[in-house]
Amino acid sequence: MRNSWWKIIAVALLVYTLIGGFLFEVPRLNIVNETIRSLYFHVPMWFGMVVMFLVSTIYSIKYLRKPSIEHDNYAVSFANTGLLFGLLGIVTGMIWANYTWGSPWHGDPKQNGAAIALLVYFAYFVLRGSIENHEQRARLSSVYNIFAFAAMIPLIFIIPRMTSSMHPGSGGNPGFNMYDLDSKMRMVFYPACIGWILLGTWISTLQIRMKKIDEHIAELEDEKNN
Amino acid sequence: MFVKLLHKEFTLELRRKSVISGLVLYLFSTAFICYLTFSLRQNLVTPLVWSALFWITVLFTAINTIAKSFIGEKRGLTIYEYSIASPIAIILSKIAYNFFLCSLLSLTGFILFILFLGNPMADAALFLLVIVVTSFGFAASLTLLSGIAAKANNSNILMAVLSFPIVISILLMAIKVTKNCIDGLDRSVSGDEILILLAINCLVTASSYLLFPYIWRS
Repeated sequence: MRNSWWKIIAVALLVYTLIGGFLFEVPRLNIVNETIRSLYFHVPMWFGMVVMFLVSTIYSIKYLRKPSIEHDNYAVSFANTGLLFGLLGIVTGMIWANYTWGSPWHGDPKQNGAAIALLVYFAYFVLRGSIENHEQRARLSSVYNIFAFAAMIPLIFIIPRMTSSMHPGSGGNPGFNMYDLDSKMRMVFYPACIGWILLGTWISTLQIRMKKIDEHIAELEDEKNN
Repeated sequence: MFVKLLHKEFTLELRRKSVISGLVLYLFSTAFICYLTFSLRQNLVTPLVWSALFWITVLFTAINTIAKSFIGEKRGLTIYEYSIASPIAIILSKIAYNFFLCSLLSLTGFILFILFLGNPMADAALFLLVIVVTSFGFAASLTLLSGIAAKANNSNILMAVLSFPIVISILLMAIKVTKNCIDGLDRSVSGDEILILLAINCLVTASSYLLFPYIWRS
């Protein structure tokens, strides 16, 4: 119970997000209308994805500094959750775009950047799948993870800001901090971000524990056979 | 050490000329296929089509060129090399050599495209600069990936899968400046993109430099 306080916070924040997100008053804007509520579900997915990939990269760096199976497990699990968040982000974005822009896929620079970022991590899992040796797999995929994260920075953070985009905050469109995100929405948006990130961490830790148990079972079976 | 390794790469390359001539032939065939596809309707090759065909050709040639820097190497030779040289000297010499080879091949590609599909460039000097800078980006990012792919099974497919997402940001910038070159816009317009290309180059070179020592140990 002592170590699970943050899980309780995650659940509380997400319940608050669901209730607040669907019931609180939101500003009336043309075209966007009620779909503005997607902000609480679509945008936090991307924040979550970036945080998960960042944590995964940090554990990859840790692995290279001091090789241990545990660090590798952390890196894989967080990358996995990041990929899940990215996919959900793309899907929620497509639903939102369908109602506001008219069709699900618009070739918007941010959409393309996100799709490419997901390709990078699919490649990461393909790489892991094609190496047999456990230690070598961990080392090479750590190297690729760090390299891919470094190469992803211009793709996600720089290029979309230079080109015109239909997303807020680029190409002369107003960003969050201007007038469109009023203080009432902030009261739901920030807790939503924290809640989703905590939930992602929770999912990752569950995966890590499952991997540990699997390894333990494999060890026990080895002992039995010997 | 760096100079000696670079010298070794050149000597090896000149000794087995079949590899480099194979690559030039690959480039020639691709350019020729592009020409044949459009042969009767040269007017269909709008500047945008030209730039798309050119960059696709250059990208695939670069991947094929750089993939061989680790994938084709004999195991015994690699072990010997690693016992006498530091990994940093190895990766830097390979990047420098691949940079040279890549820019040579893309410049050849440019000449072939001018021959077959015409020259849409209004500002050819800037375009040459873009080719050289992009070649460096390809060399710096793909050399490390070739090192990773060489350790895994079915390395040729893996090389393509790993490299596409990484080089896309370089390619996007290059295509943007190419469009400016075709339109003959003022050079100050392309300044930002060239700077970003250079920054990405620094980023990938630095990370290759830092990460390569961890690969070669295995």
